[in-house]
Amino acid sequence: MNINATLIGQAIWFALFVFFCMKFVWPPISRALEERKQKIAEGLSAADRAERDLELAQEKATANLKEAKEKAAEIIDQANRRANQIVEEAKDAARTEGERLVAKAHSEIDQEVNQAREQLRKEVAALALSGAEKVLAGEVNQDAHKQMLEQLAAEL
Amino acid sequence: MAANSAGEYIKHHLGNLTYGKLPEGYVRECHGHAETLTETTWTFACNGNEAKDMGFAAFHVDSLVWSGGLGIIMCLLFWLGARKATAGIPSGFLNFVEIIIEFIDTQVRDSFHGKSKLIAPLSLVIFCWVFLMNLMDLVPVDFIPKTFEWVMVSFFGWSAHEAYFKIVPTTDPNITLGMSFSVMFLIIFLTIKTKGVGGFVGTLALHPFESGNPVVKALLIPVNLLLETIALLAKPVSLGLRLFGNMYAGEFVFILLAAMMGTWQFVGAWPWAVFHILVITLQAFIFMVLTIVYLSMAVEEH
Repeated sequence: MNINATLIGQAIWFALFVFFCMKFVWPPISRALEERKQKIAEGLSAADRAERDLELAQEKATANLKEAKEKAAEIIDQANRRANQIVEEAKDAARTEGERLVAKAHSEIDQEVNQAREQLRKEVAALALSGAEKVLAGEVNQDAHKQMLEQLAAEL
Repeated sequence: MAANSAGEYIKHHLGNLTYGKLPEGYVRECHGHAETLTETTWTFACNGNEAKDMGFAAFHVDSLVWSGGLGIIMCLLFWLGARKATAGIPSGFLNFVEIIIEFIDTQVRDSFHGKSKLIAPLSLVIFCWVFLMNLMDLVPVDFIPKTFEWVMVSFFGWSAHEAYFKIVPTTDPNITLGMSFSVMFLIIFLTIKTKGVGGFVGTLALHPFESGNPVVKALLIPVNLLLETIALLAKPVSLGLRLFGNMYAGEFVFILLAAMMGTWQFVGAWPWAVFHILVITLQAFIFMVLTIVYLSMAVEEH
């Protein structure tokens, strides 16, 4: 157990090994560990983000579906309303057309009645005239009594 | 085993293979006869007395070879791991290296509050290297020394009692103190780096006794200097001797068991070895943590 130059030899070994590890061992490994730590952290945050994104997408999808359903319901509703409206309109149009036709028929009938009445009157007037002519036989001047005869005809 | 040969056996196991300088005129008593050296010689010590007489100019070859070899193996393994380092999925061996690195990193972050590129690799080397050196304690005590003895006797013409061989470097105080005093120089270096030379002298001279009065302050300087110098030296001494003491005691128990039980040592040594695994790891860990704490104290402001 003598103390001797072994002390110095050991110190030199020590310095050499520490130097070696400081240069060639510690830096690459600790750098790799650091990088891996960062990578894992990034991966985890990416996973978190993806999860959040998925949630958002699901929410959005649900919202879209709901909206679409609402829209569809609205469209159906609108279509129903529109159909009703068309039916109503058609009914109205039919009614007015019918009324119009009825009115037209009425007016035609009136016209025809009037015409018939006119003709009848004329015929009666002519008949009366010819009767009167025959009764009066020349005594009566057609020209002189025309006014009176027309008056008579108008009264018929 | 007879008491005398058991004593010899233990003594032989506690000796280091020492290569050192013997002065001119030194009387060697190696092979039963005295021999006077005619000139200063660098040689292997053939017994404990010679190793002692070599003084400071000697190397424990076994300690240095085993500590250096284990250190090189450690560096190579880590380097292999570092070459494969990737931010992707780590494979087999890299996993193992990363576990160690992360463990050390956590310890350093917990205890060291400064910023330094040196502390973490330093802690890594201390923990793994000391662990490996301690681990040699679990190799059966005779296995490698007897092999070495056989090789030296068969091929190099040594006599068996010359072939000292200790394979646990941390049972050599030179090894543990060599590391702990390196740590002390790092403490001094870091203190000067963060606080300047004046700051370093200040930490030695102006604490722990302080005073607002300049005269009292000047009077307290010698006292402070004495206390702080002792405190500074006590750190590496206690750090090195703690590791040495624990490992030496553990090794001693193994050697005693081997001396008492011979071939049956495995039965006796097994429970101690199991317990010793704890000591080995714990001592390596304590050496590392205390180093971090001392260095942290060096860079922190008071």
